[in-house]
Amino acid sequence: MIRSELIQKLADENPHLYQRDVERIVNTVFEEIIEAMAAGDRVELRGFGAFSVKQRDARIGRNPRTGESVEVEAKHVPFFKTGKLLRDRLNGHE
Amino acid sequence: MANKTLTRMDLSEAVFREVGLSRNESAQLVERVLDLMSDALVRGEQVKISSFGTFSVRSKTARMGRNPKTGQEVPISPRRVLTFRPSHLMKDRVAAGNRG
Repeated sequence: MIRSELIQKLADENPHLYQRDVERIVNTVFEEIIEAMAAGDRVELRGFGAFSVKQRDARIGRNPRTGESVEVEAKHVPFFKTGKLLRDRLNGHE
Repeated sequence: MANKTLTRMDLSEAVFREVGLSRNESAQLVERVLDLMSDALVRGEQVKISSFGTFSVRSKTARMGRNPKTGQEVPISPRRVLTFRPSHLMKDRVAAGNRG
């Protein structure tokens, strides 16, 4: 399923809404999650999962082609942990 | 940095502000977005949201695990796990926002 299919399904379920509003609803959900993480916040969606930011320390990396050492800066990366309900559903426990 | 935790309520509040539907309907629509994604994943589909990231379901085979406390071996049955791969855009924005 891709973004446009998700929008279409939600639009089909809500014929009273304008297509452009359904697009804005879906886009707002994803935009809010990114904005929260960019601010260093967590987003916890019980049953679905939680988005958080993890810190990666600076390290000495290596260019795999040349074998040369390169300094990799410390950085923050997005992380997702699946919620318990969804994890159970994936394994057939409804 | 504030380090808050956002919930469904914050997402529906954002939808309420952006789209101008009632708070109640905004909350229901946010819930449906999550449900539609969950249902697709449970069917084994990949969920690919451009400029956000990709959720995919991977199957793990059975293996022997160990209870780290007792050292006892326990069988771990085959199961499906969900992985999320953030888009470049998400990675860049999260890295930029948390710099310094």
